[in-house]
Amino acid sequence: MSANEFYSLRVNGKTHQVQDSWVGESLLYVLRERLGLPGTKGACEQGECGSCTVLMDDAAVCACLVMAATAINSEIVTVEGITTDSTLTDVQQSFVDEGAVQCGFCTPGLIVAVHHLLEKNPQPSEFEVKEAISGNICRCTGYGRVFAAVEATIRSRNAGK
Amino acid sequence: MASSSTVTKPRDVLGTSALRPDGAHKVQGSFEFTSDMHAENMLWGATLRSPHPYARIVSIDTSAALALSGVQCVITASDVPGKPTYGLISSDQPVFAQDFVRYMGEPVAAVAADHPETCRRALALINVVYEVLNPLTDPEDAVSGTHDPIHPDGNVIRHQRIIRGDQKATGPIVVEGEYVIGMQDQAFLGLEAALAIPDSDGLGVHLHVATQWLHEDLSQISACLDLPTEKVRLTLGGVGGAFGAREDISLQVHCCLLALKAGRPIKMQYSREESFFGHVHRHPATIFMRHHADANGKIVKIDARFVFDGGAYTSTSPAVLINGITHTQGPYKCDNATVDGYAVRTNNPPCGAMRGFGVVQACFAHESQMDKIAAAVGKSPVEVRLINAMVTGDPLITGQIMESVAPVARCITETDAIPMPEPLGTTVNELALPGGSGLTASRSNIVRGIGWGVSMKNLMYSEGFDDYATARCILKDGVVSLKFATSEVGQGFVTLAPQIARSVLGVDEVIIEPIDTQIGSAGSTSASRQTWMSGGAVDGACRLVRERLFHHVGKMHDIDPLRLVIDGTDIVDQVGTFRISVADASDGIEISETFEHHHRATEELDENGQGNCHTAFAFVAHRAVVDVDPELGLVKVVQIATAQDVGRVLNPLSAIGQLEGGIAQGLGLAVMEEIVMKDGKVRNPSFTDYLLPTALDAPDVVAVMIEEYEPQAPLGAKGIGEPPCISVTPAIVAAIRNAIGKDIERIPVRPQDICL
Repeated sequence: MSANEFYSLRVNGKTHQVQDSWVGESLLYVLRERLGLPGTKGACEQGECGSCTVLMDDAAVCACLVMAATAINSEIVTVEGITTDSTLTDVQQSFVDEGAVQCGFCTPGLIVAVHHLLEKNPQPSEFEVKEAISGNICRCTGYGRVFAAVEATIRSRNAGK
Repeated sequence: MASSSTVTKPRDVLGTSALRPDGAHKVQGSFEFTSDMHAENMLWGATLRSPHPYARIVSIDTSAALALSGVQCVITASDVPGKPTYGLISSDQPVFAQDFVRYMGEPVAAVAADHPETCRRALALINVVYEVLNPLTDPEDAVSGTHDPIHPDGNVIRHQRIIRGDQKATGPIVVEGEYVIGMQDQAFLGLEAALAIPDSDGLGVHLHVATQWLHEDLSQISACLDLPTEKVRLTLGGVGGAFGAREDISLQVHCCLLALKAGRPIKMQYSREESFFGHVHRHPATIFMRHHADANGKIVKIDARFVFDGGAYTSTSPAVLINGITHTQGPYKCDNATVDGYAVRTNNPPCGAMRGFGVVQACFAHESQMDKIAAAVGKSPVEVRLINAMVTGDPLITGQIMESVAPVARCITETDAIPMPEPLGTTVNELALPGGSGLTASRSNIVRGIGWGVSMKNLMYSEGFDDYATARCILKDGVVSLKFATSEVGQGFVTLAPQIARSVLGVDEVIIEPIDTQIGSAGSTSASRQTWMSGGAVDGACRLVRERLFHHVGKMHDIDPLRLVIDGTDIVDQVGTFRISVADASDGIEISETFEHHHRATEELDENGQGNCHTAFAFVAHRAVVDVDPELGLVKVVQIATAQDVGRVLNPLSAIGQLEGGIAQGLGLAVMEEIVMKDGKVRNPSFTDYLLPTALDAPDVVAVMIEEYEPQAPLGAKGIGEPPCISVTPAIVAAIRNAIGKDIERIPVRPQDICL
């Protein structure tokens, strides 16, 4: 394999060197296999399931559909960079408390998607929530507890906690 | 010595919504799934699969692949040192195809290389010459014997009939139908993955794998590797869902073989497309049913014929067949039955376990029939089901007596009591309409329908299998360590097991040791069995430890141990004032006990399908409300009301999660999920073309848990995983029929089934 490409990526506020990579590698692959950030999951490789949702210049994208080498000028945020704190964010805590996590494979993508939604739209309607996460497939929960987690987060933010 | 408990928040004992111990890691992305694992000096493995449903292998040339830079080794059937085949019930599936390929996607070779892309290129360089043969794709051709055997074991995997009661019984009401169930995929999110690390001496291997049943994998893998079982060690890697698809071997043997040949760790991980070829699916089935009923709609006799398409290899087809035919009657009394059932071999993809395991298919047929009876006698779907509802003590069509708690009528009436959703308003959000974000439906076209489904589901294994689960409990200094081989696939056993220990032993801190094969088998995480079986094992081990702890305390304090009980986190004397905390009582000692929980023995069916073949049963009712766009053939499931017989709720949050998740999967089978086959070839092996329910498809779920303590169950709790996905499917289809006034006898219901 011709593998001597060299570039850097901005991920979670840090600059990472990507060395000896094949130019065809997706952002998902580079995050997971080269940068030691396996929190972003791959489950369809077609942008259908949302497991690999990351923020790229503040837009939620599927990392499996982004060629890593095209992301060199972007600020990328993964689930590992949602908070720099070791404690859970309110969204993360609500997912745990409301039973929105079962196998957990879709969870990192959902966490990124829900953070992004609430940042852009702090008071989403029921259908705005459903539409915003309709690109994140969860096979275990049937979504009921995921909705409950989002509602709980909004409630606690409104209560000023 | 005496101390009092200072608990300030409710303890996470049985009955509480204890939270997942892995929850924080999962929301942070730091939980390690098997696909996240790495090892020093690791290579990647990949599998070459047959493009043909049926062909003879003329030759395989791997030389070009081997010559590719970065490729470490290539293996084929000739590299399998031990048993060349594997299988859960019949060992009829080759590790690698040797002479014939019998389904599209059958493994032919595997490579190990330095990069996944190198693997892909190496696979493309393996030259396999096939002589393409005429595939057997119609299961009826297997039943009739009109196609030559495609496997040395023949084309009929199992035939079983059930003959019960008066074979000539008849009634004034006769309804019938032929029901077709499509092939559903489990579609877990976490793709198949494994990491095999060879021992430094090359004489053994350690496999980290996402599986449902470590010990069954162990015995199949070690036979194929020709290694003693102690030279093969399995550890459960993080599992991203299962739903039946991880019960069979997929990449386990390939990964170990590559690791042993390469002498380096091998990681394998399937793509989504490969996953569609790499695991078994829900059996497609064709079921003819004819019900005879009296003028009130009471069932007099059922005639039925089942054909399950098992695909190319046996997997669990014989057990799926038995589950299907023994649930012909559903949760209803029936004295007379004639049932004929086949599970057959074809050149379609192998089918096996999926949540509901044969009962999903039977339920779609019997519930469609119940609605036909209701219509014929002028009764409502609820009335006709209540008239026929089974109770504890009723004989089944196998002659087995229903010994489980059987609150069938309660499931129906409590579901019926759940309020209906609001009528579809004139200003409804268009995302709520059929078609969802496609924004295709016009409000004025939408019609609403209501439908019912009720089901019975066997729990645990059947037909004489000695089913057991093992657990070890160690109490030391007030802390409990639990050890078991129970696969945690997302269902929450890692939450439940500590709840059990806290309840039985009065401790708060519970550690779960690594889940691996360094203890006896737990059986599979399937058949709604782990709460009952592994829960029973943990409960039993904790009780043995408690008995020894009471003896120790009794001896130390001169109290008859029979007088001691656990009260919160203390041990108290029931007839005195003595009280000591469990932490203090266990200070400086270590008590270890191991317990095996076996369920009661079951029997094989005789030639007339008679015998006590099942262990226990659970029941559930579903009422579906749907909106349909009859012109576009689109459906939105508005609400699912359900009352489920659960025995006892051990964790309300986990329980509702199982119900809602199962309902979504049943919804998928009702209106969207199908692996589309043509001439033995899978047409839609991707999430672009295999449609799964999204957040916009999720209905409102209103659930009632019916708690009637099950005396047979170690914790009083029935398994709850499978029932939610079974009768919701026929309920949704009944609601579609109710909305558009058209008979529909196949699932999934496609747009053309509604609008053409």
